[in-house]
Amino acid sequence: MSAVMDNAVRAATAPRAPSRGILMRLLRDKRLGAAGGLVLLFMLFCGIFADLIAPFGYNEINMMERLKAPSWEHWFGTDNLGRDVLSRCLYGARLSVIIGCSAALLSTVISILIGVISGYMGGRTDMVIQRFVDAWMSFPGLIILIVVVSVFGPGMLQTILTLGILLGIDGSRIVRSAVVAVRENMYVHAAQSLGASSIRILWKHILPNVMPVVIVIFTTRVGTVILAESGLAFLGLGVPPPAPTWGGMLSGSGRTYMFQGPWLALAPGLCLTVMVYATNVFGDALRDLLDPRMRGSR
Amino acid sequence: MRGYIIRRVLSLLPTLFFASLIVFITVRLIPGDIIDMMLSQNDVAADALSREQVVAALGLDKPMWEQYFIWVSNIVLRGDLGNSLWQGSPVTEFLFARMPVTFELGLLAMVVGLVIAIPIGVYSAIRQDTAGDYVSRSFSILLLAVPSFWIGTMVMVFPSIWWGWSPEVEFVPFFTDPWQNLKQMIIPAIILGAALSAITMRLTRTMMLEVLRQDYIRTAWAKGLSEPLVVMRHALRNALIPVVTLIGLQAPLLIGGAVIIEQIFVIPGMGLLLLDAVNQRDYPIITGVFLVVGVAVMLINLIVDLSYGLLDPKVRFR
Repeated sequence: MSAVMDNAVRAATAPRAPSRGILMRLLRDKRLGAAGGLVLLFMLFCGIFADLIAPFGYNEINMMERLKAPSWEHWFGTDNLGRDVLSRCLYGARLSVIIGCSAALLSTVISILIGVISGYMGGRTDMVIQRFVDAWMSFPGLIILIVVVSVFGPGMLQTILTLGILLGIDGSRIVRSAVVAVRENMYVHAAQSLGASSIRILWKHILPNVMPVVIVIFTTRVGTVILAESGLAFLGLGVPPPAPTWGGMLSGSGRTYMFQGPWLALAPGLCLTVMVYATNVFGDALRDLLDPRMRGSR
Repeated sequence: MRGYIIRRVLSLLPTLFFASLIVFITVRLIPGDIIDMMLSQNDVAADALSREQVVAALGLDKPMWEQYFIWVSNIVLRGDLGNSLWQGSPVTEFLFARMPVTFELGLLAMVVGLVIAIPIGVYSAIRQDTAGDYVSRSFSILLLAVPSFWIGTMVMVFPSIWWGWSPEVEFVPFFTDPWQNLKQMIIPAIILGAALSAITMRLTRTMMLEVLRQDYIRTAWAKGLSEPLVVMRHALRNALIPVVTLIGLQAPLLIGGAVIIEQIFVIPGMGLLLLDAVNQRDYPIITGVFLVVGVAVMLINLIVDLSYGLLDPKVRFR
């Protein structure tokens, strides 16, 4: 008897739209989003194989070649220490990708944890958690980052952890509202009346149904993280030099030389904009395909 | 309506409590050796301040709950946020000097953002799926992706190379010379406002599209009203109600963005105060800015929610 019911519940929870068509639909209907995805793959490739592609090392100082304008040898020119800007941008892609992906992943996990607990438990637990999230969200992300860096000092791990927690708490709102919507479905009530444990319901019935939202959150977060990290690096509070962060390249000692070598101001900003733009259009396309309800919500 | 106001104000209390905890705990996470680092970094002050004095000034020599209690009661009862570690004067003095500057920058940026966003959003909606709509939508996604500090940097660098023009470095307060002050503030405000306008633009478009499909709009058309009248008088007024909420949601972004913009254009607001304090590890100032910014955002959201109640009858009578 219970096996029959269990099967019925399972049938009811089967996803409505098969997800294997996503890639095809992305290529067919969402050209801009697909292009964004390709750019992301390209950046990922550059980041992973920076050692092989980059013509120079990221910290290869050559005083004879200081502040050279873009040429065939140095596509993006050289900086005040004679370092090749193209190579630094390529290695910068690596840092951006590492920080972007790991902080986005961490934030998504945190969003799921908080969102699911708050949304599924409801009642007083939900109330307390939501007031905490309210309080947290009234602090500008950048200010929290600056304060945390002032306490723990700058570094990659600090940046990833803080950004992950920061955006994780922010994003929990979206997961929570998705969970609240799913919780009221018949099949969840059916599973509850069968005496399924909360863990089982969450794992088997709720989580699979909020997955589209979660994937969309993750993609859009990558762009947000990269922008925030570069802002922090720009303020001199990110991963310390000589690490080639895009934000860092626009600030610090390079800034004073931009008047002699304006190309120094162009390349890193362009990389950042292209990367974040690609993430945003890809995320938008993915959201339209995976979760039509959220369309136009941003 | 009165019930709504009372409920909304009361709901602020638990949020305020959590916010004060967040501020308190974050700054209390300072590892002990940071204090030694502080002393060694600022060797001038090291003679004047012993380790115990710094610990006492930070209030770290008492149990945690007692520290929290003292800290909160000082703020609530005496408006005392402590003294700057290096200058010795009260933190509130610094805050009062810097707050109006950031407030002005934020207000200007918000106005700029709305002035850019609303016309384009409306245009995009009434010409849905035309080339103009696509261009303005792509433009808004692009605005979301361009970091404001990059634009700021380029504004500093290129006009100076091409025309020998650069923004004034010495800041003139508004009440000393309003015209000169506005000339200084407008470029930073445009850069900051442009970043915010992207989201507003998209929301305006979505809301306009929704409203334009309502029955009363069809009635307005059927009455033979002109397009400007239908769009401005009938549609826009209703479509803008949710946009008001967005102003509250954007407040944190605005203040966060102001930190970066103030740094680029050397505008002596709260952002620059915070960055200087971080460099000097002046924790009482850091705590002060942190707390004030959080409370400011909460108050902005409170005002937005209350005005929302006035604007939207559906909220008023709930």
